[in-house]
Amino acid sequence: MASTTGNADATPDVNDGVEGEDGVRRRDFINIAAVSAAGVGGLAVLLPLVSQMAPSADVLAESTTELDISALDVGQSIKAVFRKQPIFVRRLTPAEIEAANAVDVSALRDPATLDEITKPGHGDVLVVMGVCTHLGCVPLGAQEGENKGEFGGYFCPCHGSHYDTAARIRKGPAPTNLAVPDYEFTSDTTIVIG
Amino acid sequence: MSFPWAKEYTPQNGLTKFFDEKLPLPRFVYNAVGAGYPVPRNLSYFWNFGVLAGFFLVLQIVTGVVLAMHYASNTQVAFASVEHIMRDVNWGWLMRYTHANGASFFFVVIYIHIFRGLFYASYKPPREMIWLIGVVIFLLMMATAFMGYVLPWGQMSFWGAQVITGLFEAIPLVGPPLKTWLLGGFAPDNAALNRFFSLHFLLPFVIAGAVILHIWALHIPGSSNPTGVEVKGESDTLPFHPYYTAKDGFGLGIALLVFMTFVFFLPNTLGHPDNYIEANPLSTPALIVPEWYFYPFYAILRAFTFDFILPAKLWGVLAMFSAILVWFFLPWLDKGPVRSGHYRPLFRKFFWFGLIPTMAMLFYLGGAPAHEPYVMLSQIFTAYYFLHFLVILPIISSIERPDPLPYSITEAVLGSDKKAVLGENAEPVAT
Ligand code: FES
Repeated sequence: MASTTGNADATPDVNDGVEGEDGVRRRDFINIAAVSAAGVGGLAVLLPLVSQMAPSADVLAESTTELDISALDVGQSIKAVFRKQPIFVRRLTPAEIEAANAVDVSALRDPATLDEITKPGHGDVLVVMGVCTHLGCVPLGAQEGENKGEFGGYFCPCHGSHYDTAARIRKGPAPTNLAVPDYEFTSDTTIVIG
Repeated sequence: MSFPWAKEYTPQNGLTKFFDEKLPLPRFVYNAVGAGYPVPRNLSYFWNFGVLAGFFLVLQIVTGVVLAMHYASNTQVAFASVEHIMRDVNWGWLMRYTHANGASFFFVVIYIHIFRGLFYASYKPPREMIWLIGVVIFLLMMATAFMGYVLPWGQMSFWGAQVITGLFEAIPLVGPPLKTWLLGGFAPDNAALNRFFSLHFLLPFVIAGAVILHIWALHIPGSSNPTGVEVKGESDTLPFHPYYTAKDGFGLGIALLVFMTFVFFLPNTLGHPDNYIEANPLSTPALIVPEWYFYPFYAILRAFTFDFILPAKLWGVLAMFSAILVWFFLPWLDKGPVRSGHYRPLFRKFFWFGLIPTMAMLFYLGGAPAHEPYVMLSQIFTAYYFLHFLVILPIISSIERPDPLPYSITEAVLGSDKKAVLGENAEPVAT
């Protein structure tokens, strides 16, 4: 030990290295306090570093989309964009609604009835994200002449997921139904998504 | 470390003496890759690939830094800036083709390097740490290459990013928020492109750091060799320089011939034509495939099409990551006392007729469309892949009777009359 440092080892009788009246060594106390303060400080630094990677304000600001569906005829669909992702809006035909309601819900991979997927009073308007729940491809079926798959809804060509007329997964690797975004009808012909 | 007979560095003039006293960097290099590093005398050309990998890392860093001077990581202009590099920037086409093909060749070289390690069981004690760091380097390379492929913002870039970040969604509970956090949005967009660029620039330097640890760990026991017999004496080794600098230099020349053939004559053969279409978030290409060097792992990902307790998608993701993570356990899964496949008849059969065809098939299947018969084949070969490492290897390594090993490297090279050779003056011991 260098003699110039004059530390506790060399001079054990200074208060630093010995127990105080309450049995706590001062040096231990200082060590624990210093490490805790550095730990709390480190966490405080980590928070902004982690949080900066989450969506920024302008990305979040894009997160509502208004759609006018007055021109949407029975049996037609439109593709819109919501949060930079495709969204499918389809006005179901009576036959499609019937087909969707005829299914034994409990046997589905992701059980849901058409009524649960659509909004009350608008059971014929199917609004879902056009993002396959398997690995995120855009399914086909929202445009005239596209392959609608074996169940007449949407078909994802990437790994062959078939969705039915209520956008429920019926066949293929996708784990869940096409996601339904948060949306509401602000009038009979306008929906606001997000 | 190093063997006691390693040549010692002696500074020759005032300048090198000055350095040796103040900062012995020349001595460090001399001992690491110079005449001061004794290496087994019997290394085959399979031992070239470590140096080749180092070369391609440097090549990628140099061309990458150059490309970063002209590339713009903004979704509005990224695709155009790549075309700007190709058409307007002086020699930009050469830089980009070298970088794009360099990535492929880096992986070619690394795969050969890894399979060299597997055949000669280089992961066995005392070299476990070298192997573990190597697997880490491979994972870092995969992350770097994936993010690099996103930067041109073509269709494959975009949909590759969508699919790969979609994998994280399979993780229960935290999956979806994790994906949003990784992308900085709800789909790949400007935020994602920018952070991928930043990390793509950073990670190669992290790899370079890991390579230094890899070589450091290598220099403690010294290089392995094709017999798997440890160095016993001076006559078993040669100084790295000039013997292996020359051998590696020759190998590098051959590698460059092949590489430059691709750069100049087949520059887009290893890429995907769809990546010359600008990214379109509303239309998915008919067949999404990653870069060829990810095919085996992509095939394993897609092999899981059925739910079994966990959803199929989660199984696929777990299997894909486990396919690489299993390599971390190799030093303990392979229990045999002998290293080199040359002296392990059973191990050798399963290597050449099991593992190698399986890898070849997984390479093929990862690029095939996702329908029968490819799905079933992927399942069969995925099953064999895991069986090989988790069941076959532990079993054969404990029951197999290895062939007799040569007494020493020298004996393996020169014949049995030169047995125990401990130093130049000590040979031959018997007479
Ligand atoms: S992404 Fe749709 S089936 Fe795989």
